[in-house]
Amino acid sequence: MLAMLRALWRYRYFVWSSIRNELVSRFLRSRLGGLWMIIHPLAQVAIYALILSNVLAAKLPGISNKYAYSIYLMAGLAAWTLFTDILGRCVNLFVDQGNLMKKMAFPRITLPAIAVGSCLVNNLLLLAAMALIFLLLGHGFGWAVLWIPPLLILLTAFSLGIGLILGVVNVFVRDVGQAVPILLQIWFWFTPIVYPATIIPEPFRKWLVLNPIYPFVAAYQQVLVYSRTPDPATISIVGVAAAGLLLLALLLFRRAAPELVDVL
Amino acid sequence: MSLLRVANLGKAFRSYRREWHRFARWAGLPMAPGEETWVLRHVSFEAHHGRAIGIIGQNGAGKSTLLKIITGTLHPTEGHVEVNGRIAAILELGMGFHPELTGRQNARHAAGLMGFTADEIEAAMPSIEEFAEIGEYFDEPLRTYSSGMQMRLAFSVATAWRPDILIVDEALSVGDSYFQHKSFDRIRKFKEEGTVLLFVSHGMQEVKELCDRVVLLDKGRVIKDGLPDEVVDYYNALIAEKQAAGATIRQQRTEKGWMQTRSGSGEARIASVKLLDAGTGVEVATARVGQKLCLVAEVEIRAPIPRLVMGYMLRDRVGHVVWGTNTWHTRQVVENLAPGDRVTYELHFTCSLGPGSYSFSTALHENNAHMESNYEWVDNVCVFDVINTDKHHFIGCNHLQKHIHINYIRNAG
Repeated sequence: MLAMLRALWRYRYFVWSSIRNELVSRFLRSRLGGLWMIIHPLAQVAIYALILSNVLAAKLPGISNKYAYSIYLMAGLAAWTLFTDILGRCVNLFVDQGNLMKKMAFPRITLPAIAVGSCLVNNLLLLAAMALIFLLLGHGFGWAVLWIPPLLILLTAFSLGIGLILGVVNVFVRDVGQAVPILLQIWFWFTPIVYPATIIPEPFRKWLVLNPIYPFVAAYQQVLVYSRTPDPATISIVGVAAAGLLLLALLLFRRAAPELVDVL
Repeated sequence: MSLLRVANLGKAFRSYRREWHRFARWAGLPMAPGEETWVLRHVSFEAHHGRAIGIIGQNGAGKSTLLKIITGTLHPTEGHVEVNGRIAAILELGMGFHPELTGRQNARHAAGLMGFTADEIEAAMPSIEEFAEIGEYFDEPLRTYSSGMQMRLAFSVATAWRPDILIVDEALSVGDSYFQHKSFDRIRKFKEEGTVLLFVSHGMQEVKELCDRVVLLDKGRVIKDGLPDEVVDYYNALIAEKQAAGATIRQQRTEKGWMQTRSGSGEARIASVKLLDAGTGVEVATARVGQKLCLVAEVEIRAPIPRLVMGYMLRDRVGHVVWGTNTWHTRQVVENLAPGDRVTYELHFTCSLGPGSYSFSTALHENNAHMESNYEWVDNVCVFDVINTDKHHFIGCNHLQKHIHINYIRNAG
């Protein structure tokens, strides 16, 4: 495991330049270039904020801002987007990079590192765009916002853990790659992102505990919408789970790495 | 100290009856794989400083698998590879290149993929740019490059640092001939400085020229490992062999060190070959430049055959083909032969060769190529030396019919 991290450190330049190339090449021939990286999330957030709040002017309990619903929606989406971005990238990671893996010898761990790196950059830009729009809409942040970096790290670990496991399995059982997008869609509607958890009828609400992504989404909403500290007990449990999952994923990855190229 | 040691290497591709058996195996459960296909087995060799090893074999012989294991992209199922130093592989040039990025950015990226740090890459960048010789294009997006330019850039990056072991695949045989020469020069220089070369090619000429040793793979096994001429001749015989089942290949070194390889199905075989002076009919082992010679080959027929074509190949000491033809091309096909028949071929020629050692190889076959219905192929059936006794001094393998005419005007002043 330590050797894996050391190899990753040795290839840090490659990881860094790959992330940069990926972002740069996406906008290279457009006139506005890197600006698009900010325009995209800004536009997405602005659309939610302005249109949805006028169409669905539903008030959230405990918040008076007219844009309360869109702020709530964005907070949940910030967490969900990071999760699905990382998961989506990881599931097809080894299949997509099969040719490179067959021809070049380099530490395989750099591939998920690059994927996570570029997802993180995108997510940070999205968060920045949200912060900007929130402030423009007159929604302030409290000190609780300092919870975002640790939440971000835990969520990344959690997403990478699941993503890596599915990514490895997908090499051998390609159905996984097909099933994941469908399951994600279902999962999305079973998570209180678009709707508040309170609208779930009481007898069913206890099942939310079984949704592993919900603690993250809820924590984001607590912090960003209500400026409240998330429940430390939940966060600790989730944190341990995320770390355990990532460790399991890395062990599996190390075990599978020699056989990956055989079937690619 | 050997730079590379391959010990009893084997690779099996495993398939499982149920895919979850594989996952269960990772978890430590004793799951036997459903089926094992061995694509490589019991391969061992060693390479020391500055040696070049050729790896030849037909498609599917296991060459790529062997190289991938040595490079480290594939893991061996049994045995191990011991590498003392850095490996660079030119397996597929331009791997990981991005069309929208410039040559310089791609060079940085590709070097990063080889594990170099930003500082090391920047330090090498001028020499990469210089070697690629693509001028202004170096800072243009890759999509504007011709394939030759891409290959120049890729080779330049791949060999920017001298590796301890360099793996060269056929990839090299693309590009313009100027750059091919340049890249071969660089490879030779690496070799002189101690790099071990692993060279995979279907070009037997290149293998003979570049390699000190050749390993012949067939169906994943090493079937021959030795000096280039020996193994390459054996390989050629083997290819002809595939068409004629049940035939054998025999090799022996003659006193002079030439390897004689006989192969074929044996319906017709060379009974004797003699090199004679055309005038006197006396057998010669050493010919003079300009001497009239005659190669007399006696062929005995051992089974009924519809047609007989005799092919000749004249090669120099390092295996370069100097000349070759067959009686199909010269429209002298002999037809309908029966067992016991004897055919004598006389090849009359003038020894317009340069000083050195030469050999004739012969092939008896049914059609215009020895690949199908190969009755008998004999490498180096007749070996002779050429000396220059009465001509002006010259170098090279060809005594060119020349005439030098000089005009000059003396300055009257």
